Amino acid sequence: MRNHEPRASSSCAACKFLKRRCTPNCIFAPYFRSDEPNKFVKVHKVFGASNVSKILIEVPEEQREDTVNSLAYEAEARLRDPVYGCIGAIALLQRKMVELQVDLAIARARLARYAANSPPILNDHGSMIPNFAEFPACGGLVDSFIQNSSDTMNDFNHRLISATPDQIESSINIPIRLGYPDAMASS
Amino acid sequence: MISGRCAACKYLRRRCPSDCIFSPYFPSNVPQRFACVHRIYGASNVAKMLQQLPAHLRAEAANSLYYEAQSRTQDPVYGCVGVISLLHQQIHSVESQLAKTEAEIAVLNSLAQEPAAQIQENEVEATFNNFLLEQDIIASRRFSHSTYISSNFI
Repeated sequence: MRNHEPRASSSCAACKFLKRRCTPNCIFAPYFRSDEPNKFVKVHKVFGASNVSKILIEVPEEQREDTVNSLAYEAEARLRDPVYGCIGAIALLQRKMVELQVDLAIARARLARYAANSPPILNDHGSMIPNFAEFPACGGLVDSFIQNSSDTMNDFNHRLISATPDQIESSINIPIRLGYPDAMASS
Repeated sequence: MISGRCAACKYLRRRCPSDCIFSPYFPSNVPQRFACVHRIYGASNVAKMLQQLPAHLRAEAANSLYYEAQSRTQDPVYGCVGVISLLHQQIHSVESQLAKTEAEIAVLNSLAQEPAAQIQENEVEATFNNFLLEQDIIASRRFSHSTYISSNFI
């Protein structure tokens, strides 16, 4: 009678796909579970197993899960858009940011005009109601937002990876020239 | 003498054929471009991705692959996904600021249209808080929309 020994614990999705034995210290196993086969398929298709392995070995263990998730995200983006991948999304978001900054500047200018022109408000006793900006709900809003917005944008620009929207646009002939973001924006 | 090899074929130490898939996009005078892309994607994956595209789109694809590879090299954990995440945060912040500013404008506008000076202090604050609440809801919808665009795109 044939002895049917139970198999060892199941392979991870990577080793199943690669048709190899999944060792106890398999670098992929913690991050590519067998119940998520597509995740590894996509990452392998774009980056290749050995490149993923090299990237994972380079990062500290506590950051490997985030690394795998960001690789999966990029792979998915690249498979959906083989021309631009994630860069299309970045170009869209940067354009959105520029539009919002313009809107904000316009709103600030309007607010400044309103604040300068608004008449004093009197209460029941004929006394002037405190300045708008002194209300607890909005105290210093205009000033604080001006300060925060300039700090925030400086901080943001420093942290952006080297490219400005213009640099991205000039380097990759932005999707908008192909009409793509217009289609997306109207969706 | 082997001359005129593209950066990819030089890197791979092979002959550069006349129909080399890499040579239009990885010129020999910019060797780091192919080195960076090769480190992250590998030569055969890049070749496959380029070959699957119509010729007029390959330059764009090569540029975006290079940009993503650079991002991943500089930030091995998040790559260019870190940039996307940061942009989402910044957009949300600016939208909130815009919503608050528009709320302030709306309140001042409504106050300016009240000719009589018989306005209660608590009415002013209540009006402003209501507008703030409405604008926060609008800002959240805008943020959700921008997230929808990028997540739908991806």
